[in-house]
Amino acid sequence: MATSEKAEPTRRDFLYIATGAFGAVGAAALAWPFIDQMNPDASALALASIEVDLSSLEEGQSMTAKWRGKPVFIRYRTAKEIEEAKAVDVASLIDPQTDEERTKPGKEHFLVQIGICTHLGCVPLGEAGEYDGWFCPCHGSHYDTAGRIRKGPAPLNLELPPYDFISDTVIKIG
Amino acid sequence: MITLTKNTVCALVAACALAVSAGGAMAAGGGKHYDKQDWSFSGPLGKYDKAQLQRGFQVYKEVCASCHSLEYVAFRNLGEEGALGYSADQIKALAAEYEVEDGPDDEGEMFTRPAKPFDRFPSPYPNDNAAKSANGGALPPDLSLIAKARAGSMGPDTGIEPLTDLVRMVWHTVTAYQEYGPDYLYALLTGYEEPPEGVDVGDLNYNPKFLSGDALAMAPPLDDELVEYSDGSPMTTEQYAKDVSAFLMWAAEPKLEERKRVGLNALIFLAIFAGLLYFTKKRVWSDVDH
Amino acid sequence: MSGHSTFQPQNGIVKWMERRLPIIGLAHSSFVAYPVPKNLNYWWTFGGILAFCLMAQIITGIVLVMHYAPNTAIAFASVEHIMRDVNWGWMLRYLHANGASMFFIAVYIHIMRGLYYGSYKEPREVVWILGVVIFLLMMATGFMGYVLPWGQMSFWGATVITNLFSAFPIVGDPIVELLWGGFAVDNPTLNRFFSLHYLLPFMLAAIVGLHIWAFHEAGNNNPTGVEPKDAQDSVAFTPYYTIKDLYAIVLFMIFFVWMAFMVPNFLGHPDNYIPADPLVTPAHIVPEWYFLPFYAILRAVPDKLGGVLLMFGAIAVLFVLPWLDTSKVRSNTYRPLGKQFFWIFVFVCIALGYLGAKPAEGGYVIASRIATVWYFAHFLVILPVLGLIEKPKPLPNSISEAVLAKKGGSAAAAE
Repeated sequence: MATSEKAEPTRRDFLYIATGAFGAVGAAALAWPFIDQMNPDASALALASIEVDLSSLEEGQSMTAKWRGKPVFIRYRTAKEIEEAKAVDVASLIDPQTDEERTKPGKEHFLVQIGICTHLGCVPLGEAGEYDGWFCPCHGSHYDTAGRIRKGPAPLNLELPPYDFISDTVIKIG
Repeated sequence: MITLTKNTVCALVAACALAVSAGGAMAAGGGKHYDKQDWSFSGPLGKYDKAQLQRGFQVYKEVCASCHSLEYVAFRNLGEEGALGYSADQIKALAAEYEVEDGPDDEGEMFTRPAKPFDRFPSPYPNDNAAKSANGGALPPDLSLIAKARAGSMGPDTGIEPLTDLVRMVWHTVTAYQEYGPDYLYALLTGYEEPPEGVDVGDLNYNPKFLSGDALAMAPPLDDELVEYSDGSPMTTEQYAKDVSAFLMWAAEPKLEERKRVGLNALIFLAIFAGLLYFTKKRVWSDVDH
Repeated sequence: MSGHSTFQPQNGIVKWMERRLPIIGLAHSSFVAYPVPKNLNYWWTFGGILAFCLMAQIITGIVLVMHYAPNTAIAFASVEHIMRDVNWGWMLRYLHANGASMFFIAVYIHIMRGLYYGSYKEPREVVWILGVVIFLLMMATGFMGYVLPWGQMSFWGATVITNLFSAFPIVGDPIVELLWGGFAVDNPTLNRFFSLHYLLPFMLAAIVGLHIWAFHEAGNNNPTGVEPKDAQDSVAFTPYYTIKDLYAIVLFMIFFVWMAFMVPNFLGHPDNYIPADPLVTPAHIVPEWYFLPFYAILRAVPDKLGGVLLMFGAIAVLFVLPWLDTSKVRSNTYRPLGKQFFWIFVFVCIALGYLGAKPAEGGYVIASRIATVWYFAHFLVILPVLGLIEKPKPLPNSISEAVLAKKGGSAAAAE
């Protein structure tokens, strides 16, 4: 017994550390399902992309699609609106972005954007505000005909969802 | 060190028996005997046989689906991990074969459109009453949970009832055999017989394997050569019954493979951890007489 | 949890805190320095296992509530949503459902341990009574939890159990309507059961706190039933019993994981995968396995009120057990007759459980009646009489002496 006394503490320490480390790894692995269960579930992910048919939309009309629980504003812009949007000096904007950057080439008349004010998340009103675009009634943010922030507390332009034209009149959002 | 006294052993056996006996006694089905089948998905390492599930799905689609819904299963489920192994494109094409109701549209009208992967299997009937009236008053049950909602297998028979119950419960728990549902479905689908002398079942169909009574409303749904298999599997009633039972087990328990895999990993981890703790505990207690 | 803490903090922050709220000292004296008899066997680890079960049920339960909907129209579908769509949902639900069974397995072993070693006797009567209250709350919680998936067994279990109260004359029917919030088990019933199922575990946790406080005041009983005499008889709770309890909990988890991952529906009933239908009763309705002994007692009596009273009486008798057992000796280790009757009692309880799962007909009914009579006779006749006539074996003078004798005995046997 007396001879092994010197070697013993290290072996004992190793055992304790191994057990403790193993327990910690187990606890961490166990925690993951309890966190992950809050992530979007399989049924939500299955709806993460939608297809919207724009064929019924006429010039000057707007529609709202629901994508991932948020409103998506889709507007068939008039020639006047497009002209207004293009005429702006980009450098003077709060969040500089050209009209081309906010639409798909060849489909400039369709503006597709997430209808949530970048200030604090309210839904802006269409064809309103000082720039004939959108106006958020919550805290008075004005967006222009390309959905760019022009006046008010919102810091950014209306967000654009990821989307593509899968045919001439059908878009796939997400 | 654990010293197992005679009393301790008695008590352990008693405690487990209490839990398991009661649980298993409930699982026994109506006093009828059902045979265990070989299922690829039973046991701790069990996995679905994808080819079998695909054949079973074909049987469901071509035979069962004309009367039975599959309410909780979505087309996308067919391609998930541990499922039938279809690709996203196959599922899209498959879903498009079905029409589902959607709406209301801008005019307030309901309309139908081809199904998409996120849709669930549409029911063959608009509602339960329609289903009943189309089937002579009997409601064809939804099949999405049927493999867990019925239980039949009796397992080993010792001839002494409490002992049979106990053996089945302990043995099936230890071997992780829980395929009572598919066992029952197979027995039912292959159990149709001519009624014996003096038994009149009227409009019903004689099937001594049916859980409640000997006659049921469903006519024998399967027959040899009824469904055209393309993978060379035998086209017999038995094979169809087996395949569709396996498919229905998947429909009821789509996460079975994930469950067994995670469970096995957890068990291996816990076994090692228990070993470490055993030695740690021994070391901690080494200076105390107890 | 009692007396002045002997905790001497060295760290400045801890000292500052101790001066204001001595919570670390409380934890230290309750779970670190707390002296425990050194001879506790593995049956004593079920206390720790039960604490683990309660925590596991509360955590999995809170998480399930994030996805479950307590409304008769969608409750069943929301459970299927958990099983099929929610990340890890299948695991969380199976852990919770099987966790309830694990909880009851552990509590039954814990109760039997208390019965065998006389842990209910002076000065631990309040510990025992609080334990019976915990058991009652567990049964109420388990019952209401079983209703939530809104399957056939949920619905008919709820109907039958709430109808028990209709056995009482005059007040019976108004009580039942009050419980239902209507004229049958329906949406209001499901909603209130959900509310209570969420509430009761926290009340349970509070009473567990009292239970622990009470036995920390009296000190742990031990397999000899002889109180510790000096410092030699006890060890500090930490590290000795923390590590031992943890080891036992991990062993228990192996069993738990096996049940929840390999045979998750074994302890459930297939009919509960059929959505509730108020117009069709399943052919054989049985409660969850942990209620079966009481269910057998209920059915053993041919009279409605009598059955209900006897069933409640089976638990009520536990409250007065400390005053029914007349023996001065705590541990059945030193009671030759008491030990035999204890094992007969265990057998009777298991038999009642088995009979509760069988149809109420023929020989089963007769067997249930015999077992029921024995159950009550054990408490009301056998235990009072046994204490007066039994000649116990000589008790050891101390725990240390008993440990030495056992060591000597097993050493001698090994040679």
